[in-house]
Amino acid sequence: MSLSQKNLKVGDTHSELVIDDLSRTQLVMYAGTSGDYNPLHSDDLYATKVAGYPGVFAHGMLSMGMTAKMLTNYVGDGRLTKYGVRFVRQVWPGDSLTATATVTALREEGGQHFVDLDVATVNQSGEPVITGYAAARIDP
Amino acid sequence: MAVERFPVEATHIMMFARSVADPNPIYSDAEYAATTEVGRIIAPPTFAQASAQFDPDYVLRPKSGEVWFGSGKEPTGIKRDASGGSGGGGNGGGLHAEQHFEYHRHLTPGDVLTATNLPGKAWEKEGKRGGKLMFSEFITEYRDQNGELVITARGVGVRTGQVVES
Repeated sequence: MSLSQKNLKVGDTHSELVIDDLSRTQLVMYAGTSGDYNPLHSDDLYATKVAGYPGVFAHGMLSMGMTAKMLTNYVGDGRLTKYGVRFVRQVWPGDSLTATATVTALREEGGQHFVDLDVATVNQSGEPVITGYAAARIDP
Repeated sequence: MAVERFPVEATHIMMFARSVADPNPIYSDAEYAATTEVGRIIAPPTFAQASAQFDPDYVLRPKSGEVWFGSGKEPTGIKRDASGGSGGGGNGGGLHAEQHFEYHRHLTPGDVLTATNLPGKAWEKEGKRGGKLMFSEFITEYRDQNGELVITARGVGVRTGQVVES
């Protein structure tokens, strides 16, 4: 499934709950596949006693990866041309994240159609954890 | 991160997709993928970051025979100095502030990538809670086995003044 310019307008949104009750095990899984074994994300003793955090917290890239699921479900597989985020707040075990894409522009470039999106992911309290943008190739 | 050889493999993609809680079969089921517009398994949008696995010098991976800064018998494997202080271990090279990807094409099993670093900017900002925030940018170009640019990545890391002082 991919998006079509004729069915889209600026201001359209798509939202998904991308993780419900984030587990510490999910953080361990992400460490294992990404290769980022920073103990801040899996080692509670280190995170609290040495680094001075309340506990382990998610890799920013895990939140970015979960947010990407919302994007690819919306724009279709293999359609993203750009995706960028700012990590604005930490994500903790137990958090539930909702990611939203909002259409900011529809454009044509070199005979191809693209959608520009604003991206925002919030936690269960509605606080932003990620803000960013994406662009994707769409059908006419 | 500079990487000489990053082989993109189907199992790694499947496990990476699981680790970002994405059950999309395009990341694991070749038969399904063959029926899609893309026509084959591809990697999730943030997969290039897993090139860390292929960086021999990556600092956030324990290495055999080397001291690791995470906990074992003690909360950190790094010896703290006698004066105490909050140092010893720090927080592993600062935190990730931003990440940007530009996709020239999407990765697929069988690709063999190289990752090359380009110089990035560095800047400072006053933190909201006082103290200096030091930002540095890392630009990475991922090229495939034909030398074609497939992904351009730009990361921004941030360190706080306190961590560096200690």
